[in-house]
Amino acid sequence: MAEVLVLVDHLDGVPKKVTYELLTKARDLGEPSAIFLGAPGQSAAALEGLARYGAEKVYVAESEDITGYLTAPKAEIVAGLIAAKSPVAVLFPSSAEGKEVAARVAVRTGSGLLTDAVDLAADGTATQSIFGGAVEVRSRVSTGTNLVTLRPNSTPPVEQSGAAAVEQLTVELSDSAKGAWIVESVVEGKGGRPDLGDASVVVSGGRGVGAADGFALIEGLADSLGAAVGASRAATDAGWYPHQHQVGQTGRTVSPQLYVAVGISGAIQHRAGMQTSKTIVAINKDPEAPIFELADFGLVGDLFTVVPALTEEIIKRRG
Amino acid sequence: MNIVVLVKQVPDTWAERKLSDSDKTLDRASVDVVMNEIDEYAVEEALKVKEASGDDSTVTILTMGPERAVETIRKALSMGADKAVHLTDEALHGSCALQTSYALAKVLETLHYDLVICGSESTDARLSIMAPLLAERLGRPQLSGARKLTVGDGTARIERQTENGYDVVEAALPAIVSVVEKINEPRYPSFKGIMAAKKKPLTTLTLADAGIEADRVGLASATSSVESFSNRPPRQSGQIVKDEGDGGSRVADFLASQKFL
Ligand SMILES: Cc1cc2nc3c(=O)[nH]c(=O)nc-3n(C[C@H](O)[C@H](O)[C@H](O)COP(=O)(O)OP(=O)(O)OC[C@H]3O[C@@H](n4cnc5c(N)ncnc54)[C@H](O)[C@@H]3O)c2cc1C
Ligand SMILES: Nc1ncnc2c1ncn2[C@@H]1O[C@H](COP(=O)(O)O)[C@@H](O)[C@H]1O
Repeated sequence: MAEVLVLVDHLDGVPKKVTYELLTKARDLGEPSAIFLGAPGQSAAALEGLARYGAEKVYVAESEDITGYLTAPKAEIVAGLIAAKSPVAVLFPSSAEGKEVAARVAVRTGSGLLTDAVDLAADGTATQSIFGGAVEVRSRVSTGTNLVTLRPNSTPPVEQSGAAAVEQLTVELSDSAKGAWIVESVVEGKGGRPDLGDASVVVSGGRGVGAADGFALIEGLADSLGAAVGASRAATDAGWYPHQHQVGQTGRTVSPQLYVAVGISGAIQHRAGMQTSKTIVAINKDPEAPIFELADFGLVGDLFTVVPALTEEIIKRRG
Repeated sequence: MNIVVLVKQVPDTWAERKLSDSDKTLDRASVDVVMNEIDEYAVEEALKVKEASGDDSTVTILTMGPERAVETIRKALSMGADKAVHLTDEALHGSCALQTSYALAKVLETLHYDLVICGSESTDARLSIMAPLLAERLGRPQLSGARKLTVGDGTARIERQTENGYDVVEAALPAIVSVVEKINEPRYPSFKGIMAAKKKPLTTLTLADAGIEADRVGLASATSSVESFSNRPPRQSGQIVKDEGDGGSRVADFLASQKFL
């Protein structure tokens, strides 16, 4: 059966949920093989999960150079694998990095690329949602290898055991892959909650939250729902919440099952990052706030009374 | 220091955008157009680098797009850029991102640059991959997603948002940088700037002028093709309720009805 390559998205070796979604989709197109790229020793944490979601092979490349330089080393390795294995398709996570790696692979291999797909058919046709969800487009790559980046939460991950046979790759990078070196990687804490991209529920706070302290309310609501925390630019710029939680055009793009916007007006740049969410709930004291145009359920009220009551109610009902 | 800024003209995001029925490309003729918002930040950053590094620096605007994209070029010049190159040709219509990057790279190869600065994402295509595409094509380092840029001693250093913090990334010049809106606050063109922009040099290039093979760009040879599209019915307007003291439980009721509780 034709081989389909999947680029593993992971944190310190542990695959993110989107990796399992990609493996699930890959099975519709052929036989999935995972590509694990990381620092030495990291793949150990990945193999069990990759086997559980149907990876027949796992190509492993581990080197300080992969994590020490921006994007290009990964692209070089993936392009090399494409040349060696002639897969029918390569699936990437639609994260900022996944898209950048895919872009470079496309140039290197002379292939077409479809980004931000929300669905992928067995014949390789990708569905994209554009113009703020107003138009759905079905496209296919017509040149080279079919390269697709798939948004997290596009498909439910389904378990199916695979052999996950490891094939070690030797890492010999060209000089041009080492053009941009990472001087420092700063981790800004707010751990412990699901990752924004992976989360099936996201609760976001905006300027209405009023202060950094106010985000305790947002976190409380998020925790009652097992959700990730997001923020508008107004809230991240004010320093109320770390920048990596910004949802929107220049922040993260999320499409969870449920998105709860609290004290967020719904500016077009914010919508760009959340409007493909399946269900949207908005809490805002201004009945004219544009976020209500998107909301499946909107509550016009003061978040400082509504959110605590809601959190308490959820905890009560969930027992 | 020679800086080239990539500026794109896009439909106003507030306007209704649609795909044309005939060739399934963005219907650009029927809508209001503006400078892609983030590209204003790219222009601003270039002007700042120029101001910091001295008078013999130049900022060149590079735009690929239809004739009317000149309006956008003028705006960038009125902000303070020195000159502009406009690649425009009927044959470019319908080019995909890969072809666009090919065409832009061909033009960039003829310009002398230490830095290329582009926006992180356009509001119409929303691909946000121009910096890696150009870096790969030109064999230059990629410094993408910059929320801070420092240039000096033949290197450029950026701060780039990651999913759990940020990275500091450095590269030797010439390099390809893309910026996010956190990087600065773009200036407004002054009256003097607007007047001066009219006299600034603008070079218009056709495909032939730029040495770009016509079969490498345009709809017919795009690397991906649209099979079909459907306009989705506008989102059903939801239920909006006013808090009467029971707001918390009303939201909880809705969440329960949708099986989230
Ligand atoms: C190039 C560019 C890129 C951008 N990228 C992004 C991006 O990625 N993400 C993003 O979010 N923004 C982005 N923005 C900014 C965007 O335009 C808006 O300014 C921003 O989203 C506004 O944030 P907000 O909704 O929290 O604030 P506001 O628009 O000020 O809205 C606050 C809302 O809170 C409500 N409120 C206030 N008090 C209460 C209360 N007690 N109870 C209930 N409701 C209350 C108000 O009614 C109001 O609707 C970008 C802008 C530019 C120019
Ligand atoms: N046709 C174009 N002409 C000039 N610059 C462009 C063009 N298309 C994209 N860009 C640049 O690439 C960035 C990202 O655009 P995109 O890849 O379309 O999301 C933009 O912010 C511009 O700086």
